Amino acid sequence: MSIDLIGIANVVIAGVLAGLVYGLMSLGLSVIFGVARVVNFAHGEMMTIAMYLTVVLFAALDLDPFLAVLPLAAVFLAFGYALQATIINPFVTRPAHSQFMLLLAIAVIMTNLLLIVFGPDARSIRLDYLLESIELGPLLIDRGRLYAALVAVVASTTLFGYFRFTRTGTAIRACADNWLGARVVGLDVKRLYALAFGLGAACVAVAGCMMSLLIDVTPALGPAYTLLAFVIVIVGGLGSMSGALLGGVLIGVSESLAGLFFTPSAKSMVSFALLILVLLIRPRGLLGNKS
Amino acid sequence: MTRRVIFLLAGLGAVLLGLPSFANNYVLSVATLFLFFAYAGQAWNIMMGFAGQLSLGHSLYLGIGGYAAAALYFHYGIAPWAGLWFSIVLCMLIGASMGALAFRYGVSGVYFTLLTIAFAEFTRIGFDHFDWVGGSGGMFLRVGQRDHVDLFNLRGTPAMFYYVILALAAAAFALSAWLLRSRAGYYWQAIRENEDAAQALGINTFRWKILAVVISAAMTALAGVFSAFYYNNLFPEQLFHINRSIEIILGPIIGGIGTLFGPILGAALLALLADGATELVGALGWEVPGVKQLIYGVVLFVVVTFLPHGVWPVLARKLKAIK
Repeated sequence: MSIDLIGIANVVIAGVLAGLVYGLMSLGLSVIFGVARVVNFAHGEMMTIAMYLTVVLFAALDLDPFLAVLPLAAVFLAFGYALQATIINPFVTRPAHSQFMLLLAIAVIMTNLLLIVFGPDARSIRLDYLLESIELGPLLIDRGRLYAALVAVVASTTLFGYFRFTRTGTAIRACADNWLGARVVGLDVKRLYALAFGLGAACVAVAGCMMSLLIDVTPALGPAYTLLAFVIVIVGGLGSMSGALLGGVLIGVSESLAGLFFTPSAKSMVSFALLILVLLIRPRGLLGNKS
Repeated sequence: MTRRVIFLLAGLGAVLLGLPSFANNYVLSVATLFLFFAYAGQAWNIMMGFAGQLSLGHSLYLGIGGYAAAALYFHYGIAPWAGLWFSIVLCMLIGASMGALAFRYGVSGVYFTLLTIAFAEFTRIGFDHFDWVGGSGGMFLRVGQRDHVDLFNLRGTPAMFYYVILALAAAAFALSAWLLRSRAGYYWQAIRENEDAAQALGINTFRWKILAVVISAAMTALAGVFSAFYYNNLFPEQLFHINRSIEIILGPIIGGIGTLFGPILGAALLALLADGATELVGALGWEVPGVKQLIYGVVLFVVVTFLPHGVWPVLARKLKAIK
């Protein structure tokens, strides 16, 4: 019995660590929706691109994923900014389904470009110094997961700090709270939307970098992770930043427990059941605002 | 309807009715696929185009409808003409309960769309582990004699399947045309344009929205039955996948959401596009997986960006201008 409990504890720890990376990915989705009101249906696809870039940089230049984080985040910040500023901004005033279709089209294009360029086979990164687990008494902690979760926590904290303490961050929050008010006081709303999308994309880049240490990457990952991000964000509360992290950890733990008690292939069934429950019982999510 | 439209419909009908007498099997299979998506698009259009409820989970009804009739045939030998009623009723019940839950709890907009996806995905993974219908390994129906037409068992020649789906597509068109001018059609459009205002006018929005979901689900269930007996194999990863839902909605979006001809025109354009893309990719020697889907993505992107109301409204204006 005690061995079982330790086994469960190990699984829960692994779930929490992976959940923090999920949380960072979903934080990006939450920022994009909360500020620009755009339903980023290409979120998982963007993360898959970041994962491929990490794998390619590692294979070609031997660049450590932990060093690739910053340049990738910068590239995605610029990419996200440009995407919102050129293509998505005209859609802000169009009906929701129209935006949905646009992002869906972008997602389909991204997935199939990856498929054409890299083929359907899975790719992965093996770092020698991550192979040995950390022993904490009876518990075993996977080094790759631990470091990835730490990076996710640092990135999330940085983003929280940016929104809390800088002028631009405050302006973005003002935009999210009251779009009209923000325009009245003279904020360049469209530019702030683009910046918010860029920041969301940067979160995705960091999360993708870290995910490439946890799982193998294939072009087909995109849609599954888009859905996962939506599940997490809705469970936590769409637009709530701390909700995204909490949702990530919850889903991470429930996925790994479902893998232990049922079968790993049924793990996302638990997540979708959770999503349906939350949508019906508390549509604004666990930490969501009333509006 | 104007005389021009009637002429257009009569011409189209004549070509479609006569097609099997002069077309080869390849053309017939492309035409069958076109009509399948015209039919399924029409079904989806009732829920989204008329009543304004965006579903991205219609693969749920496609899969449940197909699996229900196929399982009855496979396990008990119940013929599809009888089994399809079970499929329809089952999908109506599922649609009604999902709609009732969503609308009762005020799930709307993006949240409603995500709920439809969640139900479809939940079911897909469930069917992967549902051994009675073969799980992820799939279920296979015995292929009948290809030259012998048996309409009650949906076993027969490609031409038979073609006429079945042609009849379905024509019936769906007629039903949509009638619905759009019925009391339900006007209520749906009022709900689509402004739900609060519709409610203030005394429309029971809850009941009418459910009706739209139920009709759409029932029609899509039939598409599932057709698909199951046409292809003779069913896989959860195929039937329930979100890509099926996306394929269903592409036609109406490209053709024009909320219009009668949009789903048909969109499905025709997509069939031509798919065929053209296959030819082009073959001619250029780019036969890599993903090229065709990439072309779909680009077309969807172009249409959504530059023709937000679809191709049909533009074409209709051109047709009017000619006279």
